[in-house]
Amino acid sequence: MSGTLATGASVEPPMVLAEQVTKSFGAHEVLKGITLEVKRGEVMCLVGPSGSGKSTFLRCINHLEVLSAGRLSVDGELIGYREANGKLYEMAPKEAAKQRRDIGMVFQRFNLFPHMTALQNVMEAPLRVKGLPKAKVESTARDLLARVGLADRADYYPAHLSGGQQQRVAIARALAMEPKLMLFDEPTSALDPELVGEVLDVMKGLAKEGMTMIVVTHEMGFAREVADSLVFMDAGVVVESGLPSEVLANPRHARTQAFLSKVL
Amino acid sequence: MVFAVVLVAIFVFFVIDAAFRPAFDWPSVGKYLFDRRISMAALVTIELTVFSMVIAIILGVILAVMRLSPNPVVKSVAWFYLWIFRGTPVYVQLTIWGLISLIYTSIDIGLPFMTPWLSFSTTAALNTFTLAVIGLALNEAAYMAEIVRAGLLSVDKGQEEASIALGMSWSQTMTRVILPQSMRVIIPPTGNEVISMLKTTSLVTAVPFSLELFTRSRDISAETFNPIPLLIVASIWYLFFTSILMVGQYFLEKRFSRGVGDRQANKSDAGGGAGLTGAVPIVGAGQPTVVLPPTPDKPGTGGTR
Repeated sequence: MSGTLATGASVEPPMVLAEQVTKSFGAHEVLKGITLEVKRGEVMCLVGPSGSGKSTFLRCINHLEVLSAGRLSVDGELIGYREANGKLYEMAPKEAAKQRRDIGMVFQRFNLFPHMTALQNVMEAPLRVKGLPKAKVESTARDLLARVGLADRADYYPAHLSGGQQQRVAIARALAMEPKLMLFDEPTSALDPELVGEVLDVMKGLAKEGMTMIVVTHEMGFAREVADSLVFMDAGVVVESGLPSEVLANPRHARTQAFLSKVL
Repeated sequence: MVFAVVLVAIFVFFVIDAAFRPAFDWPSVGKYLFDRRISMAALVTIELTVFSMVIAIILGVILAVMRLSPNPVVKSVAWFYLWIFRGTPVYVQLTIWGLISLIYTSIDIGLPFMTPWLSFSTTAALNTFTLAVIGLALNEAAYMAEIVRAGLLSVDKGQEEASIALGMSWSQTMTRVILPQSMRVIIPPTGNEVISMLKTTSLVTAVPFSLELFTRSRDISAETFNPIPLLIVASIWYLFFTSILMVGQYFLEKRFSRGVGDRQANKSDAGGGAGLTGAVPIVGAGQPTVVLPPTPDKPGTGGTR
């Protein structure tokens, strides 16, 4: 960090920098060297057929998956590893947990805590992880629920909320940690079509406020409207990337063309 | 149909026969049923059950969490414990606990190979009641550990991921997210274990501890030379307690299965669940929601996973 500062404070590191990220499950290589960069405030959509490795890549960014090779840094800080004398050492779980505080994640199946109300879900991490005072956490949590349009659902348990409402609570829960980066893993894939819009609207609002976001999605409309960049992945590699409008309108690769012809 | 009639006939015959058979000595049964020594022994049996179960549950949770720990050393220690305590009969274990003062004559507190800060004789520190509780509890903990482990594994993997992604530590994830949700699976078999423990207390004569129900009955009959009625007396007391526990278990299971395919029952608690389920705050309040798939309005989104 201090090294980059010395060369000039104006050069900010990208929010996410992935260099030749590789991930294997046993003999199966899911990611075959992913290199990409996400700038501060950028919204990037990751698209591709299922099994292309996009979700796995997303999970590498907050170290839910351990890299097999390559390196990945968020805001100039190496994720999950410590570098000493040119070698990488895996971090202790405590240090990795500390890095995850700044990276919000939203899951396909929401994964709200079912034994807690919406409000308690949002309050849990700031209360337990950051140890902030309860009154402050609660008022912030209520603000966040209002922001996702669920102020009147604060005391509901997840089972009594619709899928769209649950996903919005999940977004509020992630935002409660005041992350600098938000990861969305197919946030609308488990939703009924009529509920997709309300979740995308919340995400659009977030993008407008300048949040850096990486979104794995099949919602091409959202990608075209909101994303700054679109990355098409297939079989563990980045096939092509660029401005969403360009990639969607004139895909250069045959594989991209084949995929888009099916989903558009 | 014929079989049922035969069964009833045999049963009735047995009852009538038993009522008049002198060896059962029913007057003595009546006399000893509420004998003060017997009722005191019944109380001791309850004490043994409660103390052992409480310790076993706490230890079982610790062992189960250890078995699921990512640390291989911690994991192996828990595995070793289960291997020893599930692999040997409880009667043998209780006998060994009774002989513990021969193995370890004094209990020293201090650093190894140095003069201890505190030292007291094992026989003075641990009476037979304590040893009986220790023996029963450590054995039962191994079984409780398996029950708790099954409960922990029943919680959706996504819960752990969500918790970790929020920056929560492994222990926070366990105590705040996984354990509370696993209660639904843990409670019913634990009820069985309590009933089983009540009966297993009759083995503490191996320690030897002699003030609980069975051993006390045997001791009394050793004086009267009339063992049968006292065995019946002890059995009646055991049946009385297990019946109470079975009824309790029935209602507990009913309570904890509530919400399975039954959302309506709890729909009104959305605003203030505490009023309805206040008796069991952590588990009760969230319980009806735990067992529901996260997307009730969307079939086929992975609910079968």
